[in-house]
Amino acid sequence: MALVDIKNVTKSYGSIEVLKGVSLSIDEGEIVTIIGKSGSGKSTLLRCINALERIDGGEITVEGQPVRTDMPNLRGFRQRVGIVFQAFNLFPHMTVERNITLAPILNKRIAKAEGRALALDVLARVGLADKIDAYPAQLSGGQQQRVAIARCLAMGPQLMLFDEVTSALDPELVGEVLKVMEDMARQGMTMVLVTHEMGFARNVASKIVFMHQGRVWEEGPPADLFANPRTPELRSFIASAR
Amino acid sequence: MQTLNFQQLLRYQDQLIDGTLHTLLLTLVAALIGTAIGVAGAAAVRGGPRPVRWAIRGYVELIRNTPSLIQLFVVFFVLPGFGLRMGAFEAAAIALGLYFGAYCTEIVRAGLDAIPGSQVEAGQCLGLTRWQVFRHVVLPPALRSVYPAFTSQFVLLLLGTSLASQISAEELFHTGGFIETRTYRSFEVYAVICGIYFALVMIFKLLFAAVGHLAFRWPVRR
Repeated sequence: MALVDIKNVTKSYGSIEVLKGVSLSIDEGEIVTIIGKSGSGKSTLLRCINALERIDGGEITVEGQPVRTDMPNLRGFRQRVGIVFQAFNLFPHMTVERNITLAPILNKRIAKAEGRALALDVLARVGLADKIDAYPAQLSGGQQQRVAIARCLAMGPQLMLFDEVTSALDPELVGEVLKVMEDMARQGMTMVLVTHEMGFARNVASKIVFMHQGRVWEEGPPADLFANPRTPELRSFIASAR
Repeated sequence: MQTLNFQQLLRYQDQLIDGTLHTLLLTLVAALIGTAIGVAGAAAVRGGPRPVRWAIRGYVELIRNTPSLIQLFVVFFVLPGFGLRMGAFEAAAIALGLYFGAYCTEIVRAGLDAIPGSQVEAGQCLGLTRWQVFRHVVLPPALRSVYPAFTSQFVLLLLGTSLASQISAEELFHTGGFIETRTYRSFEVYAVICGIYFALVMIFKLLFAAVGHLAFRWPVRR
């Protein structure tokens, strides 16, 4: 059974239909990269997987459990499906340690010392153990985004969603974030990412999903998709992204 | 021509100290009541059920658009008619608490509104409850952003406690009236009273600066 099963999902904002029947399945350990022009529904789809947006039709299941904004144990679900945002969304008034340990301490009832060990552990995985006592405003954009990834990792998620996580970064800071994500991919984390980083999509992803006008236009392994685009839309998208 | 004479006032030192302490107590109790109302009211105005939101809006508009002196009279003279009997000091504390609470509601609401929705979303995505998101994610930065407005409202409250003299609550201004009727030294009495209010405000300003410095330590990027 697929970890995530998306069947014929539709979603509108007012009179604008953003998702027009999207179907997609994601297996455990897969790195799925969603590409496409802005307005194609990529980010909306990602947010639906985490129940941040309500879907109007179709069904999304994670481990066979239907995902709904009113699902029972939504909070527990959110801990298993982490999401990292374009704008980092760290809490400015908390240190890096507190950002990471807030939820585990409040809801998983771990002790403070245990929390610090947990923070150090996940920070080491993003290469920022030395920043544990810093505040977000004292970090660069790339460092903030890595902390946001670490905060997500601390929840011990089975699946991580990345919503254009490098788009707000200065070009020279993109690499450090991508490297962290590559490491996570290598360690077997199931990841779904929306990105404009074609190099990353090509080299790291196990599956590329090209979305166009609210539909999955083409999908397949990156080698296939980039070498032999079947539709003119993907062909012109690849040409423009170069 | 009459000359200034502060000599006579020295005899009333004890009363002045007592009045000052009562003014302080009245201010602090009203501020406590008002701040609690403000935080709860602001939270409810944003997230509460519709009837509650309307009730709070009505309360805020009523208090902010009527004279505080009349509010004081209502609590002291009208409420006893409904069986709520209380002394002048208690009535003043309640009336001023309600008054401060209305302004606080608006101040805290402005602070909460200034926190972007993405912060709330980030909290939800970590599996926090609504209350946890409010308490840990939204409230602290919101309070920081409205702290200056809160402190100046507090100063207005402190000075506004002088209204309580009108229902003969024994605070500083009332003490002034008492001394004046005994000494006929109006100018001297009110100059001293004024100086005490001024000193109190200055002390609180220093205190607020120190508290703000300790409570809001995190750096912000401008």
